Amino acid sequence: MKNAKTFHNGASLPLADIPRMDSHDFLQGIIDATDNGWRLSSLFGIPEGNETTLYAILSYKVGGLLGVASTTVGEAFPSITPLCPQAHLFEREIAEECGVLPQDHPWLKPVRFQRPFVKGKDAWGRKDAEGILPGVTDFFRVEGEEVHEVAVGPVHAGVIEPGHFRFQCHGEHVFHLEISLGYQHRGIEAGAAGGPHPKTLFQMETVAGDTTIGHNQAYCMVLEALSGTGVPAKGEALRGIALELERLANHTGDLGAIAGDVAFLPTASYCGRIRGDFLNMTALLCGSRFGRGLVRPGGTGFDCTRQQVDELLSRIAKARADLTGAVEILWESASSMSRFENTGKVSPETARQLGLVGPAARACGLARDVRHDHPFGIYRMSQIPVVTAQAGDVHSRALVRWLEAQKSLDFLDEQLRQLPGGPHRTEVRSLAGERLAVAMTEGWRGEICHAAITDQAGRFVRYKIVDPSFHNWQGLAMALRDEQISDFPLCNKSFNLSYCGYDL
Amino acid sequence: MIKTILARMKQGHRTIKYPKEPPVLPDLFRGYPELHPEKCPPDCRLCVEACAHGAISQEATISLDMGKCLFCPECADACPHGAISFSRDARLAANRREDLMVTAGEERRLARALEEKMLSLFGRSLKLREVSAGGCNACEADVNVLSTVVFDLGRFGIQFVASPRHADGILVTGPVTENMRLALLKTYEAVPEPKIVIASGACAINGGPFINSPEQHNGVNGLLPVDLYIPGCPPHPITILDGLLRLLGRMEG
Repeated sequence: MKNAKTFHNGASLPLADIPRMDSHDFLQGIIDATDNGWRLSSLFGIPEGNETTLYAILSYKVGGLLGVASTTVGEAFPSITPLCPQAHLFEREIAEECGVLPQDHPWLKPVRFQRPFVKGKDAWGRKDAEGILPGVTDFFRVEGEEVHEVAVGPVHAGVIEPGHFRFQCHGEHVFHLEISLGYQHRGIEAGAAGGPHPKTLFQMETVAGDTTIGHNQAYCMVLEALSGTGVPAKGEALRGIALELERLANHTGDLGAIAGDVAFLPTASYCGRIRGDFLNMTALLCGSRFGRGLVRPGGTGFDCTRQQVDELLSRIAKARADLTGAVEILWESASSMSRFENTGKVSPETARQLGLVGPAARACGLARDVRHDHPFGIYRMSQIPVVTAQAGDVHSRALVRWLEAQKSLDFLDEQLRQLPGGPHRTEVRSLAGERLAVAMTEGWRGEICHAAITDQAGRFVRYKIVDPSFHNWQGLAMALRDEQISDFPLCNKSFNLSYCGYDL
Repeated sequence: MIKTILARMKQGHRTIKYPKEPPVLPDLFRGYPELHPEKCPPDCRLCVEACAHGAISQEATISLDMGKCLFCPECADACPHGAISFSRDARLAANRREDLMVTAGEERRLARALEEKMLSLFGRSLKLREVSAGGCNACEADVNVLSTVVFDLGRFGIQFVASPRHADGILVTGPVTENMRLALLKTYEAVPEPKIVIASGACAINGGPFINSPEQHNGVNGLLPVDLYIPGCPPHPITILDGLLRLLGRMEG
């Protein structure tokens, strides 16, 4: 982005160094930058009086650059969504949180059905007392004699988080899917304001509970950036090990669930179990299957002994054999492959425009991975290859998971064999005031971006979280176009996005 | 086909023997808290202050509220005297909210079976509808694993079903967000009488890490009558299974 301040992942900079542009230059800058291969990693507002300060955080994979710029707007600003679809949800979010209208936004609706940050400053002019009911809003409708609408959720059939899905169908054929979330909104960002509070760390571990390590590492990196803390080598290695175990557990679970949705039960049932083996490896490190208590500011909450390393290595070897056997039979099942191939296709161009991240993007041939593009922690020292697939369909999304799982297994082997000695955690000093810190990690769903802005005393004025699902839900909606509605579960599993990570 | 059969043979039989045999839990597992107030120096409040969730109180003696506890290691780490630690005992579920309070020297109250009439209805077949009301997908995930081959919940006659109308009760996870309150109540209404409610996880019991934050309701209590509380953040699958089996009168000791 032209004239933006550039920096690197996991750094902090004084607020005074962030360029303040007029709103035209700011918005045009985002459009130009995204046209030139930058991604919009975060775009958020801080309302104050009648004005709102907007911050844009952009990322560029060449040189691992991040760029930040800011502007101040009043009651409204011209929407850039028509020119930059990546901004679509960010603009809706700014409207909902800050009460600022992105004018001529093509689909201006609430994101989470939450109250605005500032009481009475509501983009839709709703009164404070009015109950805001989730899902009660206009939906895109296709009209016609034989067109019908299918509404699903918030409570739906599986043991799964709540969300509302509206399909516009003609028979089995889906014209359009609109996804309306917000049911899981717990107010995490508002709760972090004025913090870090003692509870903040634990709320960060539950931003998306299946991504405890990914989100908590980003949070800890923010604290470390603001306090100038260097994490000891062993701490970084253990965090990387935990992050890859988290990826393996979820990728394995997803491969099983995808197989289950085409009724290929052998892979479904084996992977269901092997996923648990990976969760139990995380529990071997910290007692919790989801890595609660493992990542802590300044390093890790637990050390790892020689015995644990040996045990892990032996379990990884077993899990690798089991997983390979479980997944290989899936690829050889012709009936499964015929369901996977050409189902739920997303074109590379759509993926790029929407700013998809993680396996969903890599399945469309977009080689983007924070571990590679904006390396953090152990990934600055040890590279992990990025894998892609080309078709953008269910098959590609499944394949990317399997290829990534193999890379993660190799990485774990390597890291465990060369686990550094020394301390695993260091003291974190007090946080510096009037600074911005940005930390990105590659969770198993993709890019996680945390940004914090501190006041003079080093307390959070604003804490902004972007879960990969925030970018990717729209990808699922696009994948369903012109598909059979009966393929929705399969397409949904192939994305497996987070509701609470989106709802915050 | 041959390969599929060979894979089947290699994967073996993996269903655990629990409850006939004790469960295999990680060495570092944090289960039922052990309190040793005799080790507490006078006026020491280190564990109370280390707990971000207000689970520990220190008046005449220390007590720990398993309904608020996230079973994180912070209190045990903060205590240099060894007065507070977590055992590897995964049996944590209880019928009443107050039974989750752990105080040294007081009797431990594990969950008891449903009353006779309910037991005759549900004892050999219990269908549950899961409602995630702000759950972070950790509780949901470890409820889900109960249906895998490892735990094979079906062998106990317990099953998670797709519709509340097919269910005998609901299992709630999450702190009950304001945005899920109505959907939760409607789901409960849709379950035919008589019915049970299970609050699984710290959030559903008392709000968990979100306790007292304005967008949620500190769990199910006060909204619905709860028959079983299952502590943990998230509860280990064994803790959930143990609680369910106790509720159905299928566990002794």
